[in-house]
Amino acid sequence: MPHFARLFNFACWLAQDRAVAEELVQETYMKALKGFPSFQQGTNFRAWIYRILRNTFLTSQTGLRAQLSFDSDEDAVAEPAAAENPESLLMARVRQEWIQSALEALPVNYREVILLCDLEEMRYQEISETLGIPIGTVMSRLSRARKAMRTLLGAQTKEVAL
Amino acid sequence: MTCDNWREKLDAYADESCPPEELAGLEDHLRTCPACATEALARIQSRRMIRAATARYAPSPEFRLKIQQSIRANEKPRGFFAKRAHWFPALASTAIALVLLAVAVTIWTRHNASEQALAELLDLHVATLASANPVDVDSTDRHTVKPWFQGKLPFTFNLPELQNTPFKLLGGKLIYFEHEPGAQLLFELRKHQLSVFIVEDHSPLSLPAAATRAAHQNGFSAETWRQSGLRYTIVSDTSPADIHALGELLRAAAGS
Repeated sequence: MPHFARLFNFACWLAQDRAVAEELVQETYMKALKGFPSFQQGTNFRAWIYRILRNTFLTSQTGLRAQLSFDSDEDAVAEPAAAENPESLLMARVRQEWIQSALEALPVNYREVILLCDLEEMRYQEISETLGIPIGTVMSRLSRARKAMRTLLGAQTKEVAL
Repeated sequence: MTCDNWREKLDAYADESCPPEELAGLEDHLRTCPACATEALARIQSRRMIRAATARYAPSPEFRLKIQQSIRANEKPRGFFAKRAHWFPALASTAIALVLLAVAVTIWTRHNASEQALAELLDLHVATLASANPVDVDSTDRHTVKPWFQGKLPFTFNLPELQNTPFKLLGGKLIYFEHEPGAQLLFELRKHQLSVFIVEDHSPLSLPAAATRAAHQNGFSAETWRQSGLRYTIVSDTSPADIHALGELLRAAAGS
């Protein structure tokens, strides 16, 4: 089963619920199996199956609820107001669980682009294929997502320091 | 171009998505500008930390089995090949060629995966050294550190008695390595810090069966071995002999 463990991890991060993630992964494999004849040989299989998983998530009840946070206007996604720390100073002080909770707090469109880039190590072109958005949008969304994450991490660092 | 111009490209550089036509110029600049090089390194390190923190959820064996069964149930009926017996000679030679190719690919993949796995543990060690909170359980007492992992890991391990040895236990923390939870224990030896990573050993493609190797490109050395169903890996900037000495203590404790 190609990408099984990674798809499951990605699904857990999207759904933030293990049982929902299991349903998503199962549905993804069933859809992939049925739709495999339509998969174009020579194109990117990983981007294809991640796209199926993501679309399955977005059309699920959990996904529809999550989309409310970004569906209207991407630029209008609220970012935390705390001041941003320089990355080089900030990352040396953060703990693994802070990264996890910051990521959980991000809107799903920010969370997924960070996961695809940093966890799955997809390049911008592959993320663009997976999410069905232009490369320029991948770059700007990733930049905003990281800024929001740094702000959340900065706030946590300050909280602990107080 | 000014540093501000170059810094706009650092995200794409750290994300390995820098356009080829810009890459050489950017790398030339990074070689001569310590400030931009530091920022680029921070972004690469930040990515690695996020990767380590997000490889968090692993599917249960029951769920894996359930999916495998669902896929089998949806596969084509068994009679499919029976109707196409005349294809068998061609299929057989193709299959042999594919098996040979698969063996070659497997050997290469194992080597490559081992390199990546050791690099990932080295990253975790470096991130720990850079962190203001290197351990979650901060104690020199093995009877405090070991019980802290109870309920957090699906396995247990023994820690050696370090009295009359040059090593000192500093503490430990929970890590995720290849989607599995594991323990990272931090030891000290003459101002050098050594990380001991302990994970369950059921990934045939990860680390080599037993190896002592030096990562000369960045001054770190590593030693790894399997014991009692667990995979132990020590990473440090101290000498391979010191790493081996700690390994001997851990092996003796695990065998006791």
